[in-house]
Amino acid sequence: MTASIIEINDVTKQYDEQYAVNQLSLSIPRGEIFGLLGPNGAGKTTTILMLLGLIEPTNGSIHVCGFDSIRNPIDVKRRVGYLPDNLGFYHHMTGFENLLYTAELNNISREIAEKRAYDLLEKVNLSESAHKKTGKYSRGMKQRLGLADVLIKNPEIIILDEPTLGIDPEGVRELLHLIKTLNKEEGITVLLSSHQLHQVQQICDRVGVFVEGKLLAEGNITELARQLFKQDTFVTVVQASPLKEELMKKIRQTDYVTNVKKNGNELEVYSKQDISSVISQLIIKSGAKLYQLTNKHFGLDEIYHRYFEGREQHGSR
Amino acid sequence: MDLANKKEQVKDFFSGLVKPSGSAATNTNTQAFWAIVRKEFTDNLRSWRIIILLLIILLTSFGSLYTAVTTISDTLENAEEVDQIGQSYLFLTIFTTSDGTLPSFITFVGFLGPLFGIALGFDAISSERSRGTLSRLMAHPIPRDSVLNAKFVSALLLNTILFFSLGFLVTALGILLLGIPPTGEEFTRIVCFLLLCIVYIAFWLNLAILFSTVFKNSATAALSGIAVWLFFNVFYSIIVRLFSNSLLNPESITDPTQVVDHQETILNLMRLSPNHLFNESTTILLSPTVRSLGPLTMEQTAGAVVSPLPLSQSLLLIWPQLTGLIAATMICFAIAYILFMRQEIRTN
Repeated sequence: MTASIIEINDVTKQYDEQYAVNQLSLSIPRGEIFGLLGPNGAGKTTTILMLLGLIEPTNGSIHVCGFDSIRNPIDVKRRVGYLPDNLGFYHHMTGFENLLYTAELNNISREIAEKRAYDLLEKVNLSESAHKKTGKYSRGMKQRLGLADVLIKNPEIIILDEPTLGIDPEGVRELLHLIKTLNKEEGITVLLSSHQLHQVQQICDRVGVFVEGKLLAEGNITELARQLFKQDTFVTVVQASPLKEELMKKIRQTDYVTNVKKNGNELEVYSKQDISSVISQLIIKSGAKLYQLTNKHFGLDEIYHRYFEGREQHGSR
Repeated sequence: MDLANKKEQVKDFFSGLVKPSGSAATNTNTQAFWAIVRKEFTDNLRSWRIIILLLIILLTSFGSLYTAVTTISDTLENAEEVDQIGQSYLFLTIFTTSDGTLPSFITFVGFLGPLFGIALGFDAISSERSRGTLSRLMAHPIPRDSVLNAKFVSALLLNTILFFSLGFLVTALGILLLGIPPTGEEFTRIVCFLLLCIVYIAFWLNLAILFSTVFKNSATAALSGIAVWLFFNVFYSIIVRLFSNSLLNPESITDPTQVVDHQETILNLMRLSPNHLFNESTTILLSPTVRSLGPLTMEQTAGAVVSPLPLSQSLLLIWPQLTGLIAATMICFAIAYILFMRQEIRTN
């Protein structure tokens, strides 16, 4: 209880006949970066809004920082910063003024607010545009201003809904780096939702895969892969020549190997455990030249893709 | 009741302005509330549509004041007995007289006031929604209703300040140009009239806020507001007149009491329109010589002294109208409030 800062217990949200969120239970420890992963309409935003007490769940209980989100949304919102997916600013006000307004809504005195606003604008690299109207900001700038806006109240948790949506790769890299730094240096717990998997993968400690209101699996990337696929968890890619039949046979017979695919000079070895050292030995012993040997980790992309492939086959949609 | 409340609010508002915010962490909600009010107030003052409307209202009121003053001075020169002037509430006529070229002050206010109210309210919620600021706003530690309440209060505040300053400006210019100071009662009547204007505009403001919560699109909300205003301003009286033609057909009426009955039915139909309520109330307030709003029989007028009504009697006469207007205002706000509380915050 002391460790987890977000506790979701058996939460269900029903719209008419449809379940937006279905019996979700999740706990997130303090100081973690947790990624909510799922396709559009999976119930990520609904879950986030329920955390903030902006949507009332049909069933279940939610505790954030020890406060009940349904009963005490104001106490929760005092400690949680939320960056919505479609974020907007008052475009007739400058970025700085927007921040001051947010500070005012959080009862931060003007002097502290001004100082903190400048610090944060510096941190998100917007010092030069601080006194420009937000209407003239680019998408990436808005997102960074949004992050500053979330941080001005000194939150314990920040919740980012699709923070990387519509930003160029360099912008994404900067933003993710910024989030990571915040988490490391200030110990802020981060909950971020996304459908862009490799980005989430870069910074998240743990990930929850969310489909049709249900949490399918949670854990770090390897755990997830294990949970979702049970086998074929490791893929070793080998480039060597010549690849004789004899060698192939030997590799196939090695323990844990489930499948071997040949593609020119390239071999893909699927296995239940990391067997790269065994394979390299085999190749060298056979007299072939080993050019490259890499362990291909399952990225979320693959996890995701394979999960959905499977789902379509089952015809659940 | 309304006045006391508003005074309290104004006082709070200004004390909020003077005191640096954040000094007390205890009164969190009210502080954030006044932060929103302040922001909305400045937003309104800075927005072009309000500035343009303000300019139009200022221009027209000064125009009508000018024509009223010239008409009154002409009659004054012709008047022989100065004593009578004091009794005939001459000063109030600067709000009601016109020489035919320009409509009077009350006509202008009755015409532009609703537009002003609609302009203040039509994008209250929908613009926050479409800009994507609503979800950001709601994620701050403020109760959900603060947003709606603060928007209403800030618009009402602007409205109050505008109409009081406008009314007092016209009064002051009237004193300068005519050289006659208003009596105490006349002044009270003017204040009552201004309060009435504020209530009337508050109705349109709330209607616009209601539309802005119902419709996701600001333009739809604005057009619906203007459509309702046009309907009551132009078409409603036409419809009622059509209806009254058949109702007051001399061939179908056999009894004099029937005539009175039918007249009253028509009058009550007219009173469903807020414009009509406002017109009746302003007439009674600013023309004390008008003694009744409905038909009077000879028996009722028999023995009556022909003199202007005292203020208390005038107020008594328009009390139902005033209550009706306030009730309509409250109903609009209540519906908007309930809808907003139940609405999804999500932007899309």
